[in-house]
Amino acid sequence: MKQDFSRGIRDGLPICFGYLSVSFAFGIFAVASGLGTLEALLLSMANVTSAGQFAAVPIIAAGGSLLELALIQLVINARYALMSLSLSQKLGNDVRTRDRFLIAFVNTDEVFAVASGQKDAVGRQYMFGLILTPFLGWSLGTLLGAAAGDILPTILVSALGVAIYGMFVAIVLPASKKSRPTAVCVLLAVALSCLFYYVPALQKIPSGFAIIICAVAASAVMAAVRPVVEIKEEENA
Amino acid sequence: MPDFRFFIYLAVTAGVTYLIRMIPLVLVRRKIRNRFLLSFLYYIPYAVLSVMTVPAIFYATESLWSAATGFLAAAVAAYFEKSLLFVAASACGAVFLVEMLIPLLG
Repeated sequence: MKQDFSRGIRDGLPICFGYLSVSFAFGIFAVASGLGTLEALLLSMANVTSAGQFAAVPIIAAGGSLLELALIQLVINARYALMSLSLSQKLGNDVRTRDRFLIAFVNTDEVFAVASGQKDAVGRQYMFGLILTPFLGWSLGTLLGAAAGDILPTILVSALGVAIYGMFVAIVLPASKKSRPTAVCVLLAVALSCLFYYVPALQKIPSGFAIIICAVAASAVMAAVRPVVEIKEEENA
Repeated sequence: MPDFRFFIYLAVTAGVTYLIRMIPLVLVRRKIRNRFLLSFLYYIPYAVLSVMTVPAIFYATESLWSAATGFLAAAVAAYFEKSLLFVAASACGAVFLVEMLIPLLG
């Protein structure tokens, strides 16, 4: 099915271009935090995840605990479990078990979004095409950012430093606009985050743990008070 | 060159991330039915991203003013549901402009 592969490539290209800029910012961030160019590249090629990598860099740079690192990855990336679960029911019959091992590796927020947006089940050739260029874009952008971070003027590095946060805002704000419980959850999470950031007694808690505590607390409270089961079930249908 | 210690960190980071993505896709074929767990998984990405963004974004640039303007620019673009790329670029552009202006004003 050469046609399906080409269709996947075509759908993946916009993701690839988006990733180039964000991973460029990641490369700059990693090197500015004290990691080497090759280390930044390896992190991107082995993880292919934005938020998780950004959270991992300060812990690695500071020589933090492996438990903290594993836990922060678990919490930040827990959403992928749900996406993989949903995607597993979207894959066509031609997708073999060993294909699933590969597809899972690049099941990013954006790849998942595009695959779920397809009308019918998605085949293996389509998925291979879809994940190829985002992976390359993510890796190449990191390499360029890490290598160019030193040459770029401070003002440019400073400006690119907010790129990743801008992307997070782009994910959180539209969702909060559409759903009031999501907005409440976000405000609760932000309030807790500020508490951990500014209250002296709480500042001693490593930032990785603080993120876990704040996010889990806000989500658990909202899940108990405002369950949103119907949204997810419709998506899977 | 990366040392041995780095590869341990790399293995933990990538290992945890991959297992989270791989296990449900390869093993779990039936739907989750637990209401609380489903809702928790729905909220968690927004909560995590919010916690990571605020207040960290305000200290991500050379000055609090440029960062605040960048945040505002991103918020406006996101409110009008522009693409990830556009929102991120708006934030960067706003920071760049303010930092160009600050020396002129000061």
